[in-house]
Amino acid sequence: MPDSLANSANTANSAHVEHPAYLRHHFNSAEQQADAASFAMWLFLLTEVMFFGGLFTAYLVYRNWYYPAFVSGSHQLNVVWGTTNTAVLIFSSFTLAMGVWCAQTRRRRGLVLCLTLTFILGLSFLGIKTIEYREKIEKHHVPGFHYSMQSFLDPASDPEVYKEYHDKPLAPDMARHTELYFSLYFLMTGMHAVHMIIGIAILGFMILRARAGAYTAGHVTFVENFGLYWHFVDIIWIYLFALLYLISRH
Amino acid sequence: MSEPNEHARHIVGPGIYVAILLALLVGTALTVWASYVDLGFWNPIIALAIASTKAVLVVLFFMHVWYSSKLTKLTVFAGVFTFLILISLTLTDYISRAWGQW
Repeated sequence: MPDSLANSANTANSAHVEHPAYLRHHFNSAEQQADAASFAMWLFLLTEVMFFGGLFTAYLVYRNWYYPAFVSGSHQLNVVWGTTNTAVLIFSSFTLAMGVWCAQTRRRRGLVLCLTLTFILGLSFLGIKTIEYREKIEKHHVPGFHYSMQSFLDPASDPEVYKEYHDKPLAPDMARHTELYFSLYFLMTGMHAVHMIIGIAILGFMILRARAGAYTAGHVTFVENFGLYWHFVDIIWIYLFALLYLISRH
Repeated sequence: MSEPNEHARHIVGPGIYVAILLALLVGTALTVWASYVDLGFWNPIIALAIASTKAVLVVLFFMHVWYSSKLTKLTVFAGVFTFLILISLTLTDYISRAWGQW
């Protein structure tokens, strides 16, 4: 038998004896496998950047065109709920980051706790979002056939908002464009919420797997990559909060 | 070395995560406060600057990019750069459309 063949037979043999069970055969090492998985996750996030990027660009253009409508529209959003939700999401990112650390250092109970906290915080975010959406529905601020410009043509008819901001009435053609603001509001926060729902579903699956010890035996790629996704969704919200809620509050 | 995965990758500890959490909460309070102050032209710029600072902190530390390979850093940079092209070319168009027509 030629030397090279014997060598490769040897390597193949030893590889089978030594490598961890989660190492796929087309990778040289667990490190290479983890790098490849992380790179792929980042590529996916780039497609997400461009997806949300289109929405942000549309927002920017329309905001410059119809600025007064966007200001009046944004005054309809509740800053207290928005700030609370921002804090909730930041905390959930923190608990998940701690979860990644627990997985890396093989703390099973800690990981389950962190994932559960993240799960609960994610649901709290959606709960608060529901309260906000409900208010928009009641005031007929959802774009469509039942959209009402009342709050913008006659701000005094909406005393709760009026007493804080004293908005001047908008001319009808400008007031019409508040509907555009709310279209972007529902599109952007809605797409963000869809990402949250997907994330929470995956979290539920991960909690079950983590309880069985799946991520605390050295193979942490799934937890790390989910962390990247969750933090990305957090970043989107950081911008949504600044752009949709805080346009002009003074 | 039975678990090369663990030895080769940098593990970010709780200390850094707590520090980033506090920085993000302070940033949130700051941006809400700033939006209630009338700074005219500077309001949106400050809001975006604070949001971007928060985003950079999340990317570098929660998402570990500070400790990652050059490939990852380049990938993140490529994403931001492409997005900035999208924004800046679109806005140059809109800003300059009416030039010379008044």
